[in-house]
Amino acid sequence: MNITTHINGKSYSHDVEPRLLLIHYLREVVGLTGPHIGCETSLCGACTVELNGKAVKSCTMFAVQADGANVVTIEGLASNGKLHAMQEAFWNEHGAQCGFCTPGMIMASKQIIDRNPNPTEEEIRHGLEGNICRCTGYQHIVNAVKAAAKAAGV
Amino acid sequence: MIPQAFDYTAPKSLDEALGLLAKGAKPLAGGMSLIPMMKLRLAAPDHLVDLRRLKDLNYIREQGAAVHIGATATHYDVENSAVVRGKCPLLAETAAHIGDVQVRNMGTIGGSIAHNDPSADYPAALQALEAKVVLKGAKSERTVSVADFFVDTFTTALEPGEIIREVIVPVEDSGTGTSYQKVAQPASGFAIVGIAVRVRKSGGKIGMARIGVTGLANRSYRAAAAEKALEGKAGSATEIQNAASLVAERVDVNSDLHASADYRRHLAVVYAARALMAALARSA
Amino acid sequence: MATTITKPETLVGKRIRRREDPRLITGTATYVDDIKMPGMHYATIVRSPHAAARIRSINTKKAAAHKGVIAVFTGKDTQKVGPVPCGASLPGLRVPHHHILAMDRVYFAGHPVAVVVATDRYVAADAADLIEVDWDVLPAVADPEKALAKGAPAVHPEWPDNVAFNYHQEGGNVEKAFSEADVVVKQRITSQRLIPTAMETRGVVADWRPADRQLNLYSSTQIPHLMRTLVAQMLGLEENRLRVVAPEVGGGFGSKLNVYAEEALMGFVAMKIQQPVKWIESRRENFLCTIHGRGHVDHYEVAAKRDGTILGIKLHIIQDLGAYHQLLTPAIPTLSVLMMPGLYKTQNVRADIVGVFTNCVPTDAYRGAGRPEATHGIERMVDVLAAELKMDPAEIRLKNFVTKEQFPFPTATGLTYDSGDYAAPLKKALDIVDYQNLRNEQAQARKQGKLMGIGMSTYGEICAFGPSPATPAGGWESATVKIDPTGKVTVMTGASPHGQGEETTFAQIAADELGVNIDDILVLHGDTAVVQYGIGTFGSRSTAVGGTAVYFALQDLKAKIKKFGAMLLGSDDVSFSGGQVICNKTGKSKSIQEIAAASYRAMKLPPNTEPGLISTHFWEPPNFTFPFGAHIVVTDVDRDTGAVAVRRYVAVDDCGNILNPLIVDGQIHGGVAQGLGQALWEQAVYDDNGQLVTGELMDYAVPKAHMMPRIESDHTTTPTSVNPLGVKGVGEAGTIGCSPAVVNSVVDALAPLGVKHLDMPMTPETIWKLIARSKS
Repeated sequence: MNITTHINGKSYSHDVEPRLLLIHYLREVVGLTGPHIGCETSLCGACTVELNGKAVKSCTMFAVQADGANVVTIEGLASNGKLHAMQEAFWNEHGAQCGFCTPGMIMASKQIIDRNPNPTEEEIRHGLEGNICRCTGYQHIVNAVKAAAKAAGV
Repeated sequence: MIPQAFDYTAPKSLDEALGLLAKGAKPLAGGMSLIPMMKLRLAAPDHLVDLRRLKDLNYIREQGAAVHIGATATHYDVENSAVVRGKCPLLAETAAHIGDVQVRNMGTIGGSIAHNDPSADYPAALQALEAKVVLKGAKSERTVSVADFFVDTFTTALEPGEIIREVIVPVEDSGTGTSYQKVAQPASGFAIVGIAVRVRKSGGKIGMARIGVTGLANRSYRAAAAEKALEGKAGSATEIQNAASLVAERVDVNSDLHASADYRRHLAVVYAARALMAALARSA
Repeated sequence: MATTITKPETLVGKRIRRREDPRLITGTATYVDDIKMPGMHYATIVRSPHAAARIRSINTKKAAAHKGVIAVFTGKDTQKVGPVPCGASLPGLRVPHHHILAMDRVYFAGHPVAVVVATDRYVAADAADLIEVDWDVLPAVADPEKALAKGAPAVHPEWPDNVAFNYHQEGGNVEKAFSEADVVVKQRITSQRLIPTAMETRGVVADWRPADRQLNLYSSTQIPHLMRTLVAQMLGLEENRLRVVAPEVGGGFGSKLNVYAEEALMGFVAMKIQQPVKWIESRRENFLCTIHGRGHVDHYEVAAKRDGTILGIKLHIIQDLGAYHQLLTPAIPTLSVLMMPGLYKTQNVRADIVGVFTNCVPTDAYRGAGRPEATHGIERMVDVLAAELKMDPAEIRLKNFVTKEQFPFPTATGLTYDSGDYAAPLKKALDIVDYQNLRNEQAQARKQGKLMGIGMSTYGEICAFGPSPATPAGGWESATVKIDPTGKVTVMTGASPHGQGEETTFAQIAADELGVNIDDILVLHGDTAVVQYGIGTFGSRSTAVGGTAVYFALQDLKAKIKKFGAMLLGSDDVSFSGGQVICNKTGKSKSIQEIAAASYRAMKLPPNTEPGLISTHFWEPPNFTFPFGAHIVVTDVDRDTGAVAVRRYVAVDDCGNILNPLIVDGQIHGGVAQGLGQALWEQAVYDDNGQLVTGELMDYAVPKAHMMPRIESDHTTTPTSVNPLGVKGVGEAGTIGCSPAVVNSVVDALAPLGVKHLDMPMTPETIWKLIARSKS
């Protein structure tokens, strides 16, 4: 089946098998490396991308479902060589250790402050329920989300 | 974790979709339940019909004394809809407990209740709300109460070829207090026990009490004995405790890795009391 | 221009952000699954659904005929590949032959049976379903205590008692200590099976270049060099024809401190099909087939005087080994024995280990590896003793600590603790929580029937593995530092970091030592074709051992820089600072860039000096290091449900000197999360048939953000004399310190109900049952 998607501002058209998962489409067909496969059961969130402005788990979605959609992955966050405030915050606050969960974690974190510019710590932690990090204990990630929210508010 | 091959159609109209479903195709909505099953190869449909693109299934609107929620309204839509929050807040509160942000962005009310996981959150609220489900086939449409819709684990009143068109939830009378209280399984986030409560007082007495229960048994249910025990009561702590203790009466309670039947039953009582207290505090 | 590279401030000790992060936060890092090659094929492994079974036959015909499949291999094809290696040796150790694919019998659910190779992963998955195995299912045993019982199914028929080894160690005079005791406390304490759950599962890409006789193996591993040595042997390939690359590695926690069947298997496949092949472990495979951690049943006895003085400790460990020995499986519980006295000065200990085969995936090193079990045991026992003697848990600890005057301190288990001030972090932590007020608050809470707990653990750990004689594979680490002709610096470390931040900390060391800008330094690792040789990252060793190797390589290099500088300045009276060699008489200077250029141009050389600026150092540590600390946890237990809420978590850790506080805090937080996971939620559960019930993240509960408390992290600093950096290691501290503090806190909360001990994970249901029992 032929699908057309807009990924990180570029248009792509491919013939794909209906069963091709969006994560595999992004990684194997489009050639991205940011979204990761961590659990396959829709729990870890390493595969999180934005679909028409909403964070979704691309391992639990078929590529054909994204036909015509706007997709933003971690690779699409920086603009003109300038990191997104959330990326910058993850860097400053040491929100990444092994980095595997990081792209999905940043996409989920971005959704939190897109929807709620001034989240409480509890709101941040609940907003990250769909993302698992095994390295950081989440504290520096929570700090990063707070810092990004603060930076955006300035 | 690779699904088996299938055909896929994104129909232009509901009629086209129903025509395909009549021929044996299976509906796909948000996919939050179906796709994991397909990846585990526990489900292997030959043909999927994508309902998510059908505008005439995706709405939330107030109509008469009820809120009509199209089958493909996402949990995020329900959680944040001004109509739902204002007219049936219990459902919005419950939607906020489902899965996680990403799951709520994709998952739909129709998909969730059609899957009928016995630990899902929505059924508790829908039971307490005495909601109705509109089922549509190629040549038929019928409306069933949720009490009749939720049949058994992963089994509903849906006939082959039928889909859920919408869920109808009565507009809450003012003064009704509601609450959804849940014990989440720590790994999956599903409800070990979820209790949805609606209570309304008149003249200082509880005139109406509805208690929906999920997670406890093979299907969601209304705790009728507990509801009855509350009617006409002022809602003292003892009265609540007495009513809550009936919430799992004559129920065949599930037991699994995460909670034994005894513990589940106990949690149901504790959480029923907590949900009743919270709902009463919110009632006028 | 000398001025561009001068750098006024030192970087070691600064909270600077990591240099590896730009690729991680932009999604451009290359993990194994990101590697693509022309002609690359995909492998799917068919695994046993049974924990114990004979294979009557395997029919691969349908799979092999499936469109897109180019090869199917079974155990018959791979039987000449050497066994999966065990690097640990113990007297009398029984070592089952561990084929990379099962021959005629399987020993655990998930045991690899066949491999299907196809053009893509979808086709491979379809074809794998077409493989038919005729199973003769056998009885299995999944519990180590049941495996020891008479009549239990034999995991390996040749050893019907299921015992892989018995190990005994003692020091001092235990019998005398126990005979002189006023009180002896006993407790059975378990440390459950855990699933490490690195977020990146394992994965291998194998690329065989027949014309070069060269196999390139990309694997998500903590130990690329050891893997190269061992996989070359398994495949019968000359070691210099095998290159192992650990690309970006998405977490390990010990689970990738191993050589698995799949690494050799993919090498075998690539050499057979003469095409590159990729295998990526699914999460389910990761749970079924990658090593688990812990798996202890311990019986403790502690003898003490009435004043709380600990006289002696007896420990009997039943270690669940699983079906095979992976790289270090049998060695892990011996580390528990070494650590069994904890921070306490008792000189009388006795330990016995029985290593037990079960029909489960092998256990091996998981964050802490043996030390969390030991720390959990002794820290629980000290609380049990304190409760028996009605002493305050802080007081009894302070009474028994090795005192700071006693270092270096020889322990009853044969170690020498390097340095310490064990009372310092405990006192600091007590101050932070305002201990006396907390106890007063608790007394009030108890009067109201509330279950509030205050628990502490004072842990010690063996880190910086380690002196070579005490480490299975050599305990040194290596570093090469080279300065290019243009003055840019490259550090190549044999440690293979995968999230610990050594690209930053090692650059900090080099920047300070050379006086150059940190941006002029690149740290490389994880590629056997680039890095000399190395041991790897595990056992909190990378900075303390690998960083020290970098430090010494830098010293050699600095001496050479000075020689060149002296030559160029025409003076023997020179000093080196701020990236310049300076003539002490004239004040004239030469920059590193100028010196580097001259050293490669080699128009003139100092006496007895080779051209170029490169130095390699293999550093052998004289001892382990012994970090320590104190964690205090305040909990509230819900009387109605048994749910535990962690109100406060205070961690005061002493890991010696700190190179980068930001990174150290991150290590503590992450370590605590894994310790808290063990204390409250995580447990690998097998049923009686050897089926892993917690086979997905749907059922195995790792902590998520909303389940974690905010950790209040602080430090004391007691440098080690084992290495010149004074660093001890911090990767495992959080995990080791955590679980006993949490359990002690919950036991303390439940003490009014008569509860004296709880095993992990302390689920709400187990606690609710105790509460319910106390009512009846």
